[in-house]
Formats: sequence, C-alpha cells, structure tokens
Amino acid sequence: MSIRTSAAPGSAPAETAASGPTRGLVEITGVRKSFGTAEVLKGISLTVDPGGVAVIVGPSGSGKSTLLRTINHLEKVDGGYISIDGMLVGYEVRGRTLHELREKDILKQRTEIGMVFQNFNLFPHLTALENVAEAPVVAPRSGKVRSTKAEARRRGLELLDRVGLKDRADAYPRQLSGGQQQRVAIARALALDPKILLFDEPTSALDPELVNEVLDVIRELAKSGTTLIIVTHEMGFARDVADTVVFMDEGQIVEQGSPQQIFTRPREERTRSFLSKVIEPAFNI
Amino acid sequence: MSSAATKVARPDQSAHEPVPDEAGAGTGTTGNLPGQHQPGTDYSGYRLVAAKHPWRWVGTAVVALGVLAVSWSLATNPRWEWGVVAQWFTARSVINGLVETLKLTAISGLLGFVLGFILALMRLSASPLLVSVSWTFSWIFRSTPLLVQMLLWYNLGYLYDRISLGIPFTDVRFFDVQTTSLISQFAAAVLGLTLNQAAYSAEIIRGGILSVDHGQLEAAAALGIPAWRRSTRIILPQAMRAILPTAFNEIIGLVKGTSIVYVLAYSELFYTVQVIYNRTQQVLPLLLVATLWYVVITSVLSVFQYYIERHYSKGAVRTLPLTPLQTARKFFATHAAVTQEARSPR
Repeated sequence: MSIRTSAAPGSAPAETAASGPTRGLVEITGVRKSFGTAEVLKGISLTVDPGGVAVIVGPSGSGKSTLLRTINHLEKVDGGYISIDGMLVGYEVRGRTLHELREKDILKQRTEIGMVFQNFNLFPHLTALENVAEAPVVAPRSGKVRSTKAEARRRGLELLDRVGLKDRADAYPRQLSGGQQQRVAIARALALDPKILLFDEPTSALDPELVNEVLDVIRELAKSGTTLIIVTHEMGFARDVADTVVFMDEGQIVEQGSPQQIFTRPREERTRSFLSKVIEPAFNI
Repeated sequence: MSSAATKVARPDQSAHEPVPDEAGAGTGTTGNLPGQHQPGTDYSGYRLVAAKHPWRWVGTAVVALGVLAVSWSLATNPRWEWGVVAQWFTARSVINGLVETLKLTAISGLLGFVLGFILALMRLSASPLLVSVSWTFSWIFRSTPLLVQMLLWYNLGYLYDRISLGIPFTDVRFFDVQTTSLISQFAAAVLGLTLNQAAYSAEIIRGGILSVDHGQLEAAAALGIPAWRRSTRIILPQAMRAILPTAFNEIIGLVKGTSIVYVLAYSELFYTVQVIYNRTQQVLPLLLVATLWYVVITSVLSVFQYYIERHYSKGAVRTLPLTPLQTARKFFATHAAVTQEARSPR
C-alpha cells in the first residue's frame, strides 16, 4: 500500500530537502507483542511513506500506543520487524542472522526517531531550553557530530521560537501551562533532527482550550516533510492532517485508508461503530 | 428556611429593607448580615481591621512563660555548673575528641553513601545475583547491632590471623599482612560505621530513584541520552529531593552514632569527656560539653541541608522559597515601609 505525502515540494525547509526524498520511510511487518498472556499486537503490517502523516485511531487497549513504542524500540517486539529507510530497528543483519543491538547502538537509532509523550515527560529540574538542548550534546549519533553546548542552545532557541515559546526559554516546565509544556516537548524531539516523529496521544492530558495550540504546531510539522505517526483521539484533527488513517482494534489493523474514506465510507462495521461513538452527532462529516 | 430562599431570590431587597415577618423577625437575621451589602457601594475609603485571635495570644503567652521558666532555671541552678562547662568546652583534649568525631563522621558518611549508591544500583539491576547480594548485605548489616559489628571488626584478628590478597586457590600473594596490625581502632571504627551506613543509605538511595517517574527514564531513552548521563543528569537530581531529608537524618544520626566507638576506647568526643569526668567527677557538666558540641554540629548540618534541599527543589516548585536571610530582609523592608506609611498621614 502506498501513502502519498501531502507536503508541497516548496514548503519543505532546507534541512529536510537536503536529506533527499527517501527520508523517513517506515515499514512495519508482521509485528507481534505480548505482555504476559495478553497479546496486544497480533501481526501488524503498515507502511508509511517518507514525509507521510499516518494517524492511528481506535479504542483504548487496542494496541495503538504499544505499536508506537515498538517503532523506537521502547518496547521490544516478540515477532516481525520494523525498518526505517531500510535500517532494521533494534537489530543488525549479519549474513542470515539478526543480532540484537547493544544499548549504545539502539540509542543511535533512537536519535532518528523523535517521540512526544502523552504526559510530556519534560525534565522538571531543567529549564525549557535545557530540556531542548540536552540530547544534541550527549546523544551518540550516526554520521553526525555531537553539537557543542553553544550550538545546541542556539538551535534550541530557534526551535522554541518555532513552537512560539522563545520568551519562555528559561522557565521550568512547572511554570508553563500544559499546552506550552507539550510544545517544548515537541521542540525537544525536533532538536535531534529526526526522520520520524511519533506522537502518543499528544493532547490527551491537556485542557480542551489548550489542545489547539499543540495541534497547530503539529499541523505545521506535517507540512515540513518529516514523517509523522500520530496516535490521537482528536478525530477532527485526524481528518485534517492525515494522509492515511489507520483504525486499530484488539491488536489488529481493522482498516486503513484516506481520511475521506475512513470517516465517510468506513468499510468495516467495527470502524463504523467506533466512529459513531467518538464523533459527536453535532460534528458534521 | 423561607428566609434563605428569599435572600437568594432577592438579595438586593433583603439587604437594606426590613424583611417581612415570614422571614425575619423570629430568627433575627434581618439587617446587616456579614457579607451583605448595598450594590454599588464604594468601599475604597473604609478602614480595614484585621480579624482578632485572642486564644492565639493566650497560647503564645503560656508558651513564652514556659520558655522563660526553663531558661531561668538553666541559668540560675548552680548544679548545672556552667563555669565548669565553659572551662572544658574548648579544652585541648575535648577539641581533639571533636576533631576525631568529625573525621569519623566525614569518612564513614562519605564511604557509606558511595557504597550505598553502588548497592542501590546493584539492587535495581537486572542481574538476579547482584540483586540478591545487595539484598543480603542490607539484611545482615541492618539486623546486627552496630556495637556487635564494631567489636567483631576489632577482633577480626582472633578469627583470621592474617589478611592477604592473591589469586584464589594458588600460592600467588600480592599482599599479606597480620590482621591485628591492619585493623587499628580507627580502622575498625571506620569499617563498622561505613558498612552499617552503607546498608541504610542503599535503601534511601534506592527509594529516591524509585520515586522518580518512569516516564523520565523513557523520555531520556527516547532522546538517545546515554545510560550514565541518564542517571546522573536526569534521574539522580530528581531523586535527590526524596533522598536528601532522610540522608541528612542519617548523617546527623551518624554524628552521634560515632559515640558508640567508645567501646573500642577510641578517643572521640564522647569517650574523651567520659575519661575526663571519671577523673574529675564532674559528670553532668562534661556530658553537657559533649551535648553542646553535638548540637553545634547538627545545627551546622541543618543549615547545609536547607540550602542543598533548596538547590535541588529547582523546577519542583513554581517559585523557590526565600532563604531566611531574604525573609528577614523582606520583613524589615516591608515593616519599615508600613510604619512609615502609618506615621506619615497623621
């Protein structure tokens, strides 16, 4: 299956344009994962094209978040594999064998994959700028030199500016609103210049009036050519930003397609019943 | 209850009009109830009177009287023998003992916490052997009396004649020494206090690490921050908030706990004053000398604790609490301003 990126060629910033068009192809093949006796992923296969925006929706407990966490190897898969631009996540191919990577090399891979958490997980004892500028200085990175502190700070300020928080650079997370914290978290994920960004319900912990400021930042990112994979309950946003919508239930992909198709003509009964529950009657499709 | 209903329904009327019979007269709720007001009144010119707390003043007076009585008796009862206390307080032998006490505290406190940190990491590791060794260590050293440990270390020479380091099961020896010459009183004291301290601090540090939200570790891992940096930069600074109060408890306990090494006839502060009062028979004043020094050390440590805790609370509170110095300055600044203000209009 193929997903076209919605990014207009001219809108991509220089940094992504320079890396070429094959940046951020995600291929998930037959991924299985169990916690104890509960199988939460029952053979998931999904391809997201470079620069594409995939939005995963589904009832809670359907395995959406777990799938997201397997992509950057926060969860080890029990079966199947995931590759990013042909690079196998968590393993190295030598001849006909797969060798599990050591911690150091996994960290290297993770710097290509940014992640934004539901609860932000900002480091509370560091300022907004320190949060953003920490990883580029210390994370091991393949093919890139680590930033100096000064570079990381300069770039950090740029990124905070991009999410509209340049003037709060020296604030501690607890001094920021939820929406501001999540925007700092997005800037932090961008600081490593990742090929792929994973969003795990980025607005679920926010007050309703703060949701949009975060979604606006993500909308901007969707135009930038970075591959985005987003787990969310914001159906309006999903329809708006996604190239492809994936509906998951009970550890399986029930159906996937364009937002137009999924939201107006769902093929599966389960999709239809889920959507009828989460989309308010007043919400006109 | 009809009165309440009326008031809710027509708050503007009930406030300044005599309320009709059905509501008011019997219950006495007519007129100026607290909080009732005429809408649109301008209160800006009114004088403000603070709420009065007579019982707070009574309590304060009683406690002040008690404090005064205790101070008076301390100062005037000749049996406290303050002259003797003053005479011995800075005596050379007492100061030497004090230095030994501080030395023991510093060395075994430091080594204890370093070893405790390693034990805590072992306990949290994925290796079952490391976990059980760490657990066993804490179990043994927490379940035997410090006094017994101390005597055991001092008498190690009885159990093992010589101590040597070499390759096990061969005759290669890098280092071989008579136990009694290696374990001096000082070594036995440090060994006993350190190992005992390590067992307790391991649990304190482990507790601190566990108190940090797991999401912090995940976020750091997702950002590719290396493991060592993750511990030192992300987890430990946050764990410190939970570790510090208990850790200072332990160190303060250790200051006084060092007095237990008197069983080894090691001349730290407590043993020194014992030797003196056995000679001079001035038991109470000399115990007071030791006590006062312990109080001094603890006070200094408490000040350190305050500032270190304040340092690590960065980001955990929205605004850092003022230091006592800042509080005092602010008090005098505002107090001076208020008294001036109060005077000027008259």
